[in-house]
Amino acid sequence: MTWKMKAAAAALAILGSVGTAAAEGALNIYNWGDYTSPEMIKKFEQKYDVKVTVTDYDSNDTALAKIRAGGHGFDIVVPSANYIPIWIKEGLLLESRPDQMENFKNVDERWVNVPWDPGRHYSVPWQWGFSGIGINKKMYSGDINTAAIFLDPPKELVGKINVEPEMNDVLFAAIKYLGGEWCTDDKVLLKKVRDKLIEAKPKWLAMDYSVTEKLPSGDYAAVYYWNGAIMRARLKNPDVAFGYPKEGYPIFMDSATILKDAKNVENAKKFLNFIMEPENAALISAFAKYANGIKGSAAFLPPEMKDAPELVIPAQYEKAGEFLKACSPEVSQLYARIWTDVNK
Amino acid sequence: MGSAADAARRAESETTRRRWLLSAPALVIIFVAAIGPLFVMLAYSFMTKGDYGDVKPIFSLDGWFSVLLQRDIFDDTLSLADANLIIMWRSLSLSAITTAATLILGFPTAYFIATRPRETREMWVFLVTIPFWTNLLIRTFAMQQVIRNEGILNSLLMWLRVINEPLPIMYTDWAVLFGMVYVYLPLMVLPLYASMEKLDFRLVEAGYDLYAGRLAVLRRVIIPLVKPGIVAGSILVFIPSLGAYVIPRVLGGGKTMMLGNLIELQFGAGRNWPLGAAMSITLMAVVMIALLFYVRNAARAGGGHG
Amino acid sequence: MANRFDVRSQPGFGTIAIFTFALLYLPILALVVYAFNGSESLTVWGGLSLRWFVAASQNDAVQDAALRSFIVAIWAAGVATIAATMAAIATTRVAPYRGLAFKYAFINTPLMVPEIVTAVALLIVFSRVKVWTGYSGLGYLILAHTAFCIPFAYLPIRARLESMDASLERAAADLYATPWQAFRRVTLPLLRPGIIAGFMLAFVISLDDVVITEFVKSGGQDTLPTYMLGQIRRTVTPEVNAIATAFLALSILLVTVFFFINRKKA
Repeated sequence: MTWKMKAAAAALAILGSVGTAAAEGALNIYNWGDYTSPEMIKKFEQKYDVKVTVTDYDSNDTALAKIRAGGHGFDIVVPSANYIPIWIKEGLLLESRPDQMENFKNVDERWVNVPWDPGRHYSVPWQWGFSGIGINKKMYSGDINTAAIFLDPPKELVGKINVEPEMNDVLFAAIKYLGGEWCTDDKVLLKKVRDKLIEAKPKWLAMDYSVTEKLPSGDYAAVYYWNGAIMRARLKNPDVAFGYPKEGYPIFMDSATILKDAKNVENAKKFLNFIMEPENAALISAFAKYANGIKGSAAFLPPEMKDAPELVIPAQYEKAGEFLKACSPEVSQLYARIWTDVNK
Repeated sequence: MGSAADAARRAESETTRRRWLLSAPALVIIFVAAIGPLFVMLAYSFMTKGDYGDVKPIFSLDGWFSVLLQRDIFDDTLSLADANLIIMWRSLSLSAITTAATLILGFPTAYFIATRPRETREMWVFLVTIPFWTNLLIRTFAMQQVIRNEGILNSLLMWLRVINEPLPIMYTDWAVLFGMVYVYLPLMVLPLYASMEKLDFRLVEAGYDLYAGRLAVLRRVIIPLVKPGIVAGSILVFIPSLGAYVIPRVLGGGKTMMLGNLIELQFGAGRNWPLGAAMSITLMAVVMIALLFYVRNAARAGGGHG
Repeated sequence: MANRFDVRSQPGFGTIAIFTFALLYLPILALVVYAFNGSESLTVWGGLSLRWFVAASQNDAVQDAALRSFIVAIWAAGVATIAATMAAIATTRVAPYRGLAFKYAFINTPLMVPEIVTAVALLIVFSRVKVWTGYSGLGYLILAHTAFCIPFAYLPIRARLESMDASLERAAADLYATPWQAFRRVTLPLLRPGIIAGFMLAFVISLDDVVITEFVKSGGQDTLPTYMLGQIRRTVTPEVNAIATAFLALSILLVTVFFFINRKKA
């Protein structure tokens, strides 16, 4: 009987210990899926003896909803620039003052005094990039530097297109395509935008995230997606090409921030400082294939990223790129309703 | 004499009390983590939506209103919320087709098993049970690998020269349908088999003795006798199909949504919790109606269960 | 006797049945085969290899998720089995009493409510509770799992109890055994197969859950199914096949054991 008791006690001890082991030396990161370099995480874990977990989200809104609901247990989240003002306004972020951290000197000046977080009191650059066209050249040989690829798809591509399910990026492309300005509240134009999207959507195959796999495999013939993912697709299949929508394409930057109710604030701060180290920023970029905002990281990047067509914007398309800024709440509300209409 | 009756009553109330105490843990756990939250959700469906999700504690019927109706963004006209209705209709029709398809495949299969010799029957049942207890996600994933453009199905058909180009099944209604039929098939076969196992073949024989053909025997004798199994299987397939979430999420590619995904959307990017709550309750109501139909049917079939 | 008319046969049924079994097993088989693929891709066969099993077993996220799945399943199935056993004793082999039908319906409710509905309802309530209490550990997942495991544990225990002969316990009572002694020495040993079956059912059900876990989990609380859900929608390498195959093997093992325990009883 006693051995049974002992076994039961031991089992309970094991079950109990694992349940509570989380508290010390932990860091819970909430980030976009397929965006966090496992190598970089390993390095951080070894350097600081911290156990890191990474949980995926798939849109700014999903992340915002989950964190706002409370009791999430995360320490770090990586929202896009146009959402950060909401996060700050809603009181969700900790003013962790990355600008006073040791490695802040490495941050590229271009990304220091940014409108969504002037002087970087809350956030540290993670990666930046833009949405563009990815295409399988075997399936289409026409002009790919236009949003018409997914808004007025040529016959060959109908039913083989994937569009990123991120509201702002898609609306941006559609507004620009129809000749408007981002954050416009011109109802006549917006009605055209909605109708255009509703007309185009049946010609798409999916609004999903598996581009790095399904574009090279031929499941998709064209995508409107983020440049880094398209580059990863091209590295798997040289038939993949990247196009810059000449009507206009949105530039994003995602930044790492610490949550106000984080349980592991010290580790989170160490992490922010850690990713401002050029070598570590390069690890992030080497995995997800986006540019980072850290000076000197280029030296550590893999050779295929040096002059990748997805990263080096050709001069004639430089003007078309525009940073995706946050619109006023009223306009955002309007855009959200258009998006709901499109998303049936 | 009065005291004896009192004592008996006291003893009885004592056992009743003990039975309540014994069942208390199960009842409390289920209340806290399954039934209670449903009431909270009901309350949420009558509140005002927050700006970025959540609710404001102000009474509002907007959530329920938006289940069926919508106001146009541009001209403010009122119309049916066709976005929601299309998805609800898709959920209902896909679930109905799934039920029919599993019945068409499952009925002969269950009959086949029930007519095997006793020794091998158990093995066949076991073969149906294994997929039944296998993770739903894994089976959905397996289906994904079968129907994708370069998947097994397309490769096979192209190899057989039935088609020249891969059929684009992934991310269509077909993909979701295939997935649901595949995943829920065991739920149809098992109850069908349970009722067929008890089928008295002397009745079938009597049918043939009366010069009925095979089809007539099937229609007039076998089907009426196993009807409880058919109803049970149909309900068991229909209900989870209606609430399906994982299958359309994996196979529908974010475009072919079902009610489950529409509900999730309201709690995430849709930022409309009251609407999501109202939709959840609508879904539950439909399920309860289906169950009620089943209970009534089972009662009419003679109350014989199991 | 050769062409004897078989009253049991129906034309075409055998063919459909074989087709059904092929349908049930071929996709799983394909999944397993590709887990042993030596190449990076799901479509190109690169020779037999165990590399993806090695990769999966060395992946920290997979290890953590697998361990977490087990902890949750053992706790949930354990608590659910105890609660279900007690409830079964209170609701089986008794003369109908007030509240019996209510209890029965109450215990079976989780089987009837669509999972997505329970999931969002739990999201609403638990996120509030997490903020109030400041505790956001695995307890919520275990509690949620326990609730939907109870009806599954309850079914076989109740079935076993119903088929048991009450006279043995009465005999024990006649021999001046206290109710506890009668329970401990007579009822419990007889009930054991039902309890084991109930525990295993609950365990498998908890291990398989995706939807409720996805909505209830806090940061860093992925279980194996939610981890896989995240993976399946993105870059799928045969590593996911390898994880799924290992998971599959475990489920089949559990079901086989369960099947034979149940059969011995019959």
